[in-house]
Amino acid sequence: MSNIAIKFENISKQYRLGVVGTGTISHDLNRWWHLVRGKEDPYLKVGEVNDRSSKAISQYVWALKDINFEVEQGDVVGIIGRNGAGKSTLLKLLSRVTTPSTGIIKAKGRIASLLEVGTGFHPELTGRENIYMNGTIMGMTKHEITRKLDEIIDFAGVEKYIDTPAKRYSSGMTVRLGFAIAAHLEPEILVVDEVLAVGDAEFQKKAIGKMQNISKGEGRTVLFVSHNMGAVKSLCPKCLLMENGRVSLIGETNNVISRYIEMASSKNISDSKDEWITSIDERLKIKAPYFIGESNQIQKIFSQGESIKVVFEVDFIDEFKKIMIGIALDDIYGNRILTSHSIDDENFSISKSLKGKIRFICDLESKYLSAQSYNITFGIRNEANVSIIKSEVPLAFSIEPTRKIDGNAGILVNAGHWDMEL
Amino acid sequence: MESEKEHWDIIIKPRDNSFSLNLGETWKYRDLIKRYIHRDIVTAYKQTVLGPIWYIIQPLFTTIMYMFVFAGIANIPTDGLPQPLFYLSGILIWNYFAECLGRAQGTFLSNAGVFSKVYFPRMVVPISGAISTMLKLAIQVATFAVIYLYFYYAKGIDISPNIYILLFPLLILMTACFAIGTGIIISSMTTKYRDMGILISFLVSLWMYITPIIYPLSVMSERYSEYKWIIALNPLTPIVETFRFATMGTGEFSWASLAYSFGVTVVVLIAGIGVFNKVERNFIDVV
Repeated sequence: MSNIAIKFENISKQYRLGVVGTGTISHDLNRWWHLVRGKEDPYLKVGEVNDRSSKAISQYVWALKDINFEVEQGDVVGIIGRNGAGKSTLLKLLSRVTTPSTGIIKAKGRIASLLEVGTGFHPELTGRENIYMNGTIMGMTKHEITRKLDEIIDFAGVEKYIDTPAKRYSSGMTVRLGFAIAAHLEPEILVVDEVLAVGDAEFQKKAIGKMQNISKGEGRTVLFVSHNMGAVKSLCPKCLLMENGRVSLIGETNNVISRYIEMASSKNISDSKDEWITSIDERLKIKAPYFIGESNQIQKIFSQGESIKVVFEVDFIDEFKKIMIGIALDDIYGNRILTSHSIDDENFSISKSLKGKIRFICDLESKYLSAQSYNITFGIRNEANVSIIKSEVPLAFSIEPTRKIDGNAGILVNAGHWDMEL
Repeated sequence: MESEKEHWDIIIKPRDNSFSLNLGETWKYRDLIKRYIHRDIVTAYKQTVLGPIWYIIQPLFTTIMYMFVFAGIANIPTDGLPQPLFYLSGILIWNYFAECLGRAQGTFLSNAGVFSKVYFPRMVVPISGAISTMLKLAIQVATFAVIYLYFYYAKGIDISPNIYILLFPLLILMTACFAIGTGIIISSMTTKYRDMGILISFLVSLWMYITPIIYPLSVMSERYSEYKWIIALNPLTPIVETFRFATMGTGEFSWASLAYSFGVTVVVLIAGIGVFNKVERNFIDVV
């Protein structure tokens, strides 16, 4: 007996582009005529890969194409990917809100999906009544809810307001109550879509803790879609990366996340690497900045402690007297790690006016950086202190660990000098 | 071999052409039906002063209007019955039908928000709608009874209920099933092409006039007997006529026409559930 809880077999989902109108009737009639004669839907043969940036040629698009994977019982799997990669469609299929165009999903046990918290809440009903309403919509019986009522109220922390209509609740309270109900559903399979993005920090922590309990303590299977890499990392040992409606990688969370970061950035770097981009101030053109390591090679993966230089190639078409460049380094959770501005560096001064092609190099204090992935954004200002260009998409690089021990990483590492006094 | 033996609780497949009523699953969600009914009743007249009294005011004023317009100006007879009783008996059945129909018809469009987030058998919505509307019906029937007793005792008018009054629950059940059946067919048709919704809404308002609400069926037999078949085809006609016959002893009642009405109701309901179950699976992609 295998331990597979969910199995996706050749799952595809097709959507039609454009609006519903007279044009769709002919397709519908044709499809119906094929189905009546027992033939295959003719429009399932067409359709293109789901890439929202390129212009569509066909009228149909595959939001999901040939998805095959299995999830073992008790696994907590994160699903990550860019907007429109098909994550939500996948969850919608699993929660049976819509059906796949082809393929079969098999699952063991009850599936509860949290695509939204507080589905079916009625503003006129009291908190208590809404717990029953929402709980039954999610598939609980009245008896089950009654048994868990106190626990739910306690978890949501809304005891005082439980007999007040939900319309008097703050939005945070509504979310807490909604999540509390869902967390006490006790399904064998729990499907969660980014609902943790709401609520205050304390509640998010509580929610993640609860989900960890659900998976670890009670052996339930959880699928978790999120853009919050921090939450994914702390919750899911396994991760699945979606790209243009396909599964591009399944595996250990750290590997998948770093691949995702790389994927997200590789595109725009290679796209504009050798292109000169004109800034708002037409006297200045710039190439996409890149990183060089100790071997003076352009690279994106560095080992810990290695020097990292950010290089800006700038072309001054007309004379500049002054220029200010600033960079900021964020980790993948969006925490700002460091900033550096050319104007703050006392050793850096522009002695003569700028003309022609000039390289600016920022040598990062990289030895303090812990091993993880980083995103860099930059901005340039002219003499009048006007921002003339800034990065729209962050550039990314990552640092591979070389530390001798596995201590707590922290934002800074090796940031201390050791001495011994006898 | 191993995989064939395995047991899966949930299998999600593309939609196929098989016809299924899916009643078993709807039954599993009976708690949800109760919840929806409870919600409807609790929230219907929140923040109103008169509350459920509106259920009484509305048919009473309609009755007064009908007495003025149809009996007064148009001079349409009422089968020898007191006008308030005649109109009210028709109005309460028609109101119940129209309200159930409206609820069932709006199933997909007015619940798109919930339906796009959670799965449950969508039949829960029209069924609970028909049941919660019964509260309103009950209040109106009570109003009818009060006026009935007034005419019987105070005015001494010779009306009396007969044994057929026992058919009343069946009449209401038929009205509910017919309204649900018609409503969910309309609902299924209007998810993608909303033209139907516009067409249907005005057809329903005309429908009342081919139902003997403002006139007795006997008038049709006398004056327009060549068009009577249109009225007779309407499955609601036997229901209204039977109700009047059972409570007040006049009206055209026959087991044959009631059986016809029952047959149509069953066919419409089964066809409706079949179409509805097919649409519900993909509705969210086209709404």
